[in-house]
Amino acid sequence: MDQQKLEKILNRIREGDVRVVSRLIRNLEDRIPEAKEVIKYIYPHTGQARVVGITGAPGAGKSTITDFLISSYRKQGKTVGVLAVDPTSPFTGGALLGDRVRMQDHAGDSGVFIRSLATRGALGGLSAAVEDAIHVLDVMGKDVIIIETVGTGQSEVDIMNNAHTIVVVLTPGMGDDVQTIKAGIMEIADIFVINKGDQPNAAKLFMDLMRALDMMQECPGGWKPPIVKLGTTANPIKYAEEIDELRKKIDEHLKFLEDKKIIEQREKRKARVQLINAIESQVLVPIIDSLEKDGTLQNMVEKIANKQVSAHEFAEEIKNMFCKKEQ
Amino acid sequence: MLKYFAEELLNKCSSLRKKWEDEVKKLIAKRPERKERFSTVSDHEIKRLYTPEDIKDLDFEKDIGFPGQYPYTRGIHHTGYRGRIWTYRMFSGLGTAKDTNERWHLLLKEGQTGLSTAFDFPTLMGYDSDSPRSAGEVGKCGVAIDTLEDFLVLVDGIPLGEVTTSMTINPPATVMWSMYIACAKKQGVPLDKIGGTIQNDMLKEFIAQKTFMLPPEPSMKLISDTIEFGTKYVPKWNTISISGYHIREAGSTAVQELAFTLRDGMEYVEHAMKTKKLDPDEFAPRLSFFFNSHIDFFEEICKMRAARKIWAHVMRYRYKAKNPRSWWMRFHTQTAGCSLTAQQPYNNVVRTAVEALAAVLGGTQSLHTNSLDEVYCLPTEHAVQIALRTQQIIAEETGVANTIDPLAGSYFVEKLTKEMEEAAWEYIEKIDNMGGMLAAIEQGYPQMEIANAAYKFQQQVENGEKVVVGVNKYVTEELQEIPILEIDERVEKEQLKRLEEVKRRRDDKAVKKALDNLRNACKKDENVMPYCIEAVEALATEQEICDVYREVYGVYRDPGFF
Amino acid sequence: MANRKLRIMVAKPGLDGHDRGARILARFFRDSGYEVIYTGCHQTPEQIVEAALQEDVDLIGLSCLSGAHKELFPKVVKLLKEKGADDIVVIGGGIIPEQDFQYLYDHGIKAVFTPGTPLEEIKKWIDENVKVREELV
Repeated sequence: MDQQKLEKILNRIREGDVRVVSRLIRNLEDRIPEAKEVIKYIYPHTGQARVVGITGAPGAGKSTITDFLISSYRKQGKTVGVLAVDPTSPFTGGALLGDRVRMQDHAGDSGVFIRSLATRGALGGLSAAVEDAIHVLDVMGKDVIIIETVGTGQSEVDIMNNAHTIVVVLTPGMGDDVQTIKAGIMEIADIFVINKGDQPNAAKLFMDLMRALDMMQECPGGWKPPIVKLGTTANPIKYAEEIDELRKKIDEHLKFLEDKKIIEQREKRKARVQLINAIESQVLVPIIDSLEKDGTLQNMVEKIANKQVSAHEFAEEIKNMFCKKEQ
Repeated sequence: MLKYFAEELLNKCSSLRKKWEDEVKKLIAKRPERKERFSTVSDHEIKRLYTPEDIKDLDFEKDIGFPGQYPYTRGIHHTGYRGRIWTYRMFSGLGTAKDTNERWHLLLKEGQTGLSTAFDFPTLMGYDSDSPRSAGEVGKCGVAIDTLEDFLVLVDGIPLGEVTTSMTINPPATVMWSMYIACAKKQGVPLDKIGGTIQNDMLKEFIAQKTFMLPPEPSMKLISDTIEFGTKYVPKWNTISISGYHIREAGSTAVQELAFTLRDGMEYVEHAMKTKKLDPDEFAPRLSFFFNSHIDFFEEICKMRAARKIWAHVMRYRYKAKNPRSWWMRFHTQTAGCSLTAQQPYNNVVRTAVEALAAVLGGTQSLHTNSLDEVYCLPTEHAVQIALRTQQIIAEETGVANTIDPLAGSYFVEKLTKEMEEAAWEYIEKIDNMGGMLAAIEQGYPQMEIANAAYKFQQQVENGEKVVVGVNKYVTEELQEIPILEIDERVEKEQLKRLEEVKRRRDDKAVKKALDNLRNACKKDENVMPYCIEAVEALATEQEICDVYREVYGVYRDPGFF
Repeated sequence: MANRKLRIMVAKPGLDGHDRGARILARFFRDSGYEVIYTGCHQTPEQIVEAALQEDVDLIGLSCLSGAHKELFPKVVKLLKEKGADDIVVIGGGIIPEQDFQYLYDHGIKAVFTPGTPLEEIKKWIDENVKVREELV
């Protein structure tokens, strides 16, 4: 792509051209090589947006929280970008992206841009696409970017590492709360939300959470993750007030990062994940793709399955095929 | 316990059955049956044959009994349809209030015995005809009502002390009911003389039909307000029609329709008892129900028999109602709109006739029969007439109304009734364990159960497992043209003009004052009904009143569960 | 490796909440390997178009059972055109009398599917008529 075209795209993004932005994100998801060119070109213009990650089990109410958070930020005059991630069906490759149903009231507000992404299941693909989409929305001028993912698996943790502030949503009585707390999310959470906190076993969840927090190492700079209790949207007016409180906590956390100069650490954390993902998609994925193309991968899989050759042996063979220099 | 059959008979039956089964086995080895598995439209498996053994555990008194007696499996009235035929109640409404009033007079002349109002979508959703959201919808699927002035035209010449009127209205039920009450007052009919029904069932809206406005909690509050107001001042009015119809149309199975509807009913009873401190006997006799009659003949009949039985049990033992009238399940039935096909539309007359017959054999109190053209549009007069005549033929020619619950005692019917009852209880208990219907709705549980059933049925139609004549079998290429009723743009224009004119000449100060009073009542958690009546009488529009509700209580949006 | 996937929006304009068909379709499209964006009920044409643009869909499937299709479907097409997005294909379904088909075709609706249409037939139409659109810049 020539300089002139890249410049033109950059300008369109900065002007907030929805079609260009949404197509670029599509191309990133679809791994169109030109899209990476664009990211390389616009990257120096990123860094203005604050990124908030929201994660939690399916059904915890993440989309609803996001919807109300958008309103809360808009009341503050902040523009908002949302990236909502839903799973791809491993059987059909299709996906039903339903998160935006709960955010449709922001239509007509040009200060809000909402985009649904499917996990697609490709190695490193999802987090790479989300990272790049964050860059695009950042250049688009969105003050706050909210990323919403189902909080299971390593790739979601990777995505969350792109956020300045990570909000973990828990609900009472879903059975998997303690599991979630254990699953590595606990360590990266900056704020906990107990959603549907008017349910009878919310108090127990609160206590469990407090206990778990007490046992945890101190966060950098001495931040103590607060626990924000929300009711339900059965009372939308009260819920909106509670979400305002959550937004204030997020703001506090951001201010804390800046005051204590921890924000640089966060940026480095983000950079590290980005680099690892980039290596994955630039190095690992092409290797796997090429092995897949000529059937080599399939042959190897069969031999491993038949217990003839171990995976390690093949990995070494592949390393010798592709990597010219020994580390 | 009073066993249905003597031991001796059962032994004999068992040995005969074994002999018969051996014979069948040989026969089908030579010539298999048409299918390996037979099931209802809801995919409930049906056996080859039912015998006394299938119902040997039934208790004659507790499971079947007599009509007019607990548990009412055989009907709530001692004399069934011999005393009084069901009410022919055709759901109708189109265009402006004047258009609908004309259709109503025609239906009454044709022998209809009760009125039933279809409102257009803006009215159903609490929007006026001049809202931007109403564009293209005014008067399309029912009558457009904005103010009391429209309502007065709607009931013009209808004696409200004699004819009962049902209104299919949910989120704005308080508003339409207030308008009806205001009309009765103008006609000089005392409130304890008017009779009818408001649908007023929001739970099934959240579950299935998606006509919603306020969040669940305040929706329940408004419903309990109407129940309380009716109990005190409008004692002949059914303040709610707990509806399975829409649950079924959304694609549920018969058992889901049965279970979710009854569990909804229980939620309303509990809410009214808790928040209004009412005794169930004070209001339960005015609770009414509304079921779908789908194409699977016996399944529908059994569903209705099981429904009466479960409800009687629930009211008597779970809520400790003492008045037998509180135990009665009275219900309206509509034949299944979703069973009709756009292809070969005249076949719809036959489907509707079979479904109507099932409703009658299931013991319905009133019935709407769909018109053959309802898959295309609102029905034409001719199509409505055929539909109404279908009921009249069943009632007055076929002889099925000569005796009460004629299918009782059939091994199959009694067994299927029992199976549906048991399956419904399973659902009810599951929802109880979730913390009730509101909690279940919040989790999307009934919504998902229905969506799964709907998707499964669609797949069964696609692969030919379920036959829909004219759609996936016996398909014809040539089109059957039928006359279509079109609501033209005149309606919207006329209605907008009317609304503008009413807004111009009403007393704006009085409107504002009435709306302020309503707002205060909402905030202070008072019963809204007196204030709502005051507001409609001051000529506040439907939307102005609903906007007060929206402002105080917030708005519910489709959560889009998948 | 580039991997293009069709993105489809299933939308319910208007005030009716009869979403049985729309939901079945959304699910069917997912099971057919497409990425499906579902809007929920009671959407204005403005909401639908804005979502379609942000989601970069190739196809919008509108479902309306309230009789307002002649007003709402053309409005969606018109708004798309105003936003320079008339490369997005729009199809419709629901309770639509045959006599209205031509009116809808004339107003930019590319196909109309009524109840009873086999789902596979809709998929076939999409595969033959909808492609991932050309580059924008």
